[in-house]
Amino acid sequence: MTRMHRRPAMRARTGGHIDRDTTLTFRFDGRELTGHPGDTLASALLAHGVRIVGRSFKYHRPRGIYTAGPEEPNALAGIGTGARRTPNTKMTAAELYQGMVAESQNRWPSLRFDALAVNSALARFLPAGFYYKTFMWPASFWEKVYEPAIRRAAGLGRAATEPDPDHYEAAHAHCDVLVVGAGAAGLAAARAAGESGARVILAEQDFLLGGGLLADPVHEGWRREMTAALEALGNVVRMPRTTVFGYYEQNMLGAIERVADHLPEPPPHTARQRYWTIRAREVVLATGADERLIAFPGNDRPGVMLAGAARAYANRFGVLAGRRAVLFTNNDAAYATVEALAAAGADRVTVVDTRPLGPAAAAARTRGVEVLPGHEVVGAHGGRGLYSVEARARGGDGGFQIDADLLCVSGGYNPAIHLASQSRTPLAWDSGIAAFVPGTAAGQRSAGAARGRFGIAAAARDGMEAGGAAAAAAGFARRPAFELPAGGADPDLTVAPFWEVTARGKSFVDLQHDVTTADIRLAHREGYEHIEHAKRYTTHGMATDQGKTGGLVGAAVLAEARGLPVEAVGMPTFRPYVTPITWGAVAGHHIRREFAPIRRTQLHDWHVRRGAEFLEAGLWLRPAFYPRPGEAPWDAILREGAAVRRSVGICDVSTLGKIDLQGADAAFFLDRLYMNTFSTLAVGRARYGLMLREDGMVFDDGTTTRLADDHFFITTTTANAGRVMEHMEFHAQTVWPELDVQFTSVTDQWAAMSVAGPNARRTLAKVVAGLDLDNAAFPFMGVADATLAGCPVRVFRISFSGELAFEVATPAGYAAIVWEAILEAGREFAIEPYGVEALGLLRIEKGHVAGAELNGQTTAADVGLERMAKKKGDFVGKALAGRPGLTDPARPRLVGVRAVAPDQQIRPGAHLLEAGSDRSLGWLASVTKSVEPGGWIGLALLSGGAARHGQRLQASFPLHGESVEVEICSPHFVDPENARVRA
Amino acid sequence: MHLITCPWCGPRDEAEFAYRGDATVARPAADAGIDAFYDYVYTRANPRGWHTEWWHHAAGCHQFVKVVRHTLTHAIAATGKPTDTLPVPAE
Repeated sequence: MTRMHRRPAMRARTGGHIDRDTTLTFRFDGRELTGHPGDTLASALLAHGVRIVGRSFKYHRPRGIYTAGPEEPNALAGIGTGARRTPNTKMTAAELYQGMVAESQNRWPSLRFDALAVNSALARFLPAGFYYKTFMWPASFWEKVYEPAIRRAAGLGRAATEPDPDHYEAAHAHCDVLVVGAGAAGLAAARAAGESGARVILAEQDFLLGGGLLADPVHEGWRREMTAALEALGNVVRMPRTTVFGYYEQNMLGAIERVADHLPEPPPHTARQRYWTIRAREVVLATGADERLIAFPGNDRPGVMLAGAARAYANRFGVLAGRRAVLFTNNDAAYATVEALAAAGADRVTVVDTRPLGPAAAAARTRGVEVLPGHEVVGAHGGRGLYSVEARARGGDGGFQIDADLLCVSGGYNPAIHLASQSRTPLAWDSGIAAFVPGTAAGQRSAGAARGRFGIAAAARDGMEAGGAAAAAAGFARRPAFELPAGGADPDLTVAPFWEVTARGKSFVDLQHDVTTADIRLAHREGYEHIEHAKRYTTHGMATDQGKTGGLVGAAVLAEARGLPVEAVGMPTFRPYVTPITWGAVAGHHIRREFAPIRRTQLHDWHVRRGAEFLEAGLWLRPAFYPRPGEAPWDAILREGAAVRRSVGICDVSTLGKIDLQGADAAFFLDRLYMNTFSTLAVGRARYGLMLREDGMVFDDGTTTRLADDHFFITTTTANAGRVMEHMEFHAQTVWPELDVQFTSVTDQWAAMSVAGPNARRTLAKVVAGLDLDNAAFPFMGVADATLAGCPVRVFRISFSGELAFEVATPAGYAAIVWEAILEAGREFAIEPYGVEALGLLRIEKGHVAGAELNGQTTAADVGLERMAKKKGDFVGKALAGRPGLTDPARPRLVGVRAVAPDQQIRPGAHLLEAGSDRSLGWLASVTKSVEPGGWIGLALLSGGAARHGQRLQASFPLHGESVEVEICSPHFVDPENARVRA
Repeated sequence: MHLITCPWCGPRDEAEFAYRGDATVARPAADAGIDAFYDYVYTRANPRGWHTEWWHHAAGCHQFVKVVRHTLTHAIAATGKPTDTLPVPAE
């Protein structure tokens, strides 16, 4: 920056909110250019006379900068390089920084020559709805031919492909009054509310506070005084660079704060953007107004821009957008652009006014401005830039050329009602300004231009009143007292509605999506009359600018075609987001390992040290198996399973859901929740329970223990722990609130480990104190308290594996001591820790059902547990379990499956077919390689069930082209008499 | 996002709650028959307007909250405990 830079051709020597003492260099399409702090990328480009900044979406027409704000339809750039390249960034809102690298979009190979501009000549073959019509047939062509071609031709920028190096924060804020927008109305509202003592947040999307004041040198003194006063108020938080994008229920609003987008990269430990969730007692929407375009042939030509934008470039940025300007207007407010351009050094401005000669036009004439009242623009001519404007008397024939390099257009102003509309505030048509204006809603009011109070003084007065009223509604009554802006008369903003010039040529209503007035009429002719249908058929208003400049114009064209007033046609529903936001900000920190929390058991570190492979079970990480060095997964799983079948193994089962239930009606409550009976369970005994949903399907299973008459300990499956808890809460609180029951989850309070195998008793007997584990003293399904290695434990004699087994539960903090003590005791029996895979192998061999069988679509009878149902008394699911569809004997029932060639793999999900048939009789739910009987086995749900034992079927898995011969058998591969568990 | 006043915890963000459906249906008596249970489980009015519904304060106190909510405007007229009878505004 030590180099001297010449002042760019279109930059004024003085004026505006830029710092000429500092020069910033940046690159646009490889060309090095300069700007100043306070510039946007757009203002810096205009200062250098850059005209074409992009190509249009459909026709690849050259396009220039159209606005001076986030409503911009044309000037989109990819900003940044590598992983930080952000596509579709509006040049008109992108704050310039030293070293910015920007690239235009949607042009190939270059902006000045675009190979796809031939689309423009083919326009008659690319009408509205062309996607729907042209590319429908043949169907197979869509994926292979049409879509890739359209994507290459029509893309709006390319996203970076590398992972985003930046991070994004989420933050919450609460306030008494939220003011959205810091123009004249917003500044006054924030100050009025702030001086009443309310906690105020003032959010402004721009990097400077002031809104329209920034383009109005007359009121600069008032703007400075207001911003200084707000800075001095400790209860007012000013948030520049913050876009409020959505208005949700009960005054919750979403906002994005661009913390570091104005820097080459975020400083260390700083978020790039912050996603704000703001809850406000009262909201003042001071969102201003968007100037609207007029549809006429060539209204998209580079060199055409909105009148207010040309004024903003002159007054805020000291940039002259053109030397020989034409202003095309239907309102008086646009005449301020004439003054601004003249002051910035324009050679001449010609005004084409659609109305008869009025006061503003007459006043301009007295200052020597050429005014053509009752005229209209019928063409803008030029290639890469504008060189002449064609005008004529309204509705007349022919026309004449005006030499011009800038055409400023103003069709009036639309209050920016997006947020008000999102909040479902009623909208009303204001015929004076030919626009929709918002009403008020509970906790919300609009102020200033956002509700049609145009002009600095009027908006400021309205904002002060709205801010005071909002504060009062929030309970702050002190009267604010500050000066409203003086000097400069507010213009008369009433307009004679003027939407379209009827002349030959393409007149655009949506510049970003290349939607013309002809497209709107075509949609109408083809039956898409409703605004919501016409919008989708033409894509009008569906681009990243959401139709802020031309949306109402398109609605007016549709209204004219339908013979209705605009207000009867209306606008499509406004939805979040008001302006596009970055996905990274939505995701925040919920990415990669932080996408969801991870639950680890108390024994997790031990599992890691032992070299366990983990798998995710819900949020839990559970050991899948513990491979020895060089050991293949199946070898490890079979080794672990064999240890349990032949000697002893130990498994961490802490993830099972655990619920402590107490109360006088606890037993009765369990009888209602489970299909089997718990009121008959003796104290100190456990019982397997099956829980149904009210629709009659199996919900969950687990073992419940009676610790005292009025005290039970319930276990659930790992996967359903939360859902069972909610199910119990729903029934206890809403269905049977009269029951005396209290319960709480104790899943995390207890660690649990299963010690299983023929040597389980011998192992535990060495370390358990205070409990006789002998079969007579502590039979199957017994439960008792004891100590183990000095730690309190509760021992359950229950088995999932089908072997003699004990489950040892201990308060979570003792888990490692108890686990290590059992391992030490089991060393002489070669005890092995086993993971979830061996656990699954063991239960499949035993024929115990689990999640794959209890999948929410199976009944108790389907899985062979119908005999558990109690005969007397109500329980959840009882009535609907009796539905004919659920009691159909042809329903698939649980069977065992064994590969006829034991080494041949079978897969879960495979369908069971008779040889030569393609009719599915059922499917494989769970499969494993087995220890007993050896080879591949599985559990299946098969129509015919037990009647098919001994039959041979094909297990068909078409995705792998597999068909394996299997034999149907009992699901109990191991110890069908249940002798081992009782040994 | 709704702001739901939990009778036990006070006003809380919707993100703390899980929706649990229509609070106007009552579980039939055990012997009411399959049709009555079918209606209890499946048949819903899906009204446009005020609706009394259950919201479970799942990330809070784990209590079920009865909420009178407008399905079109998302306005909330009243909240209460499960045993409360809440007035439903006229449309």
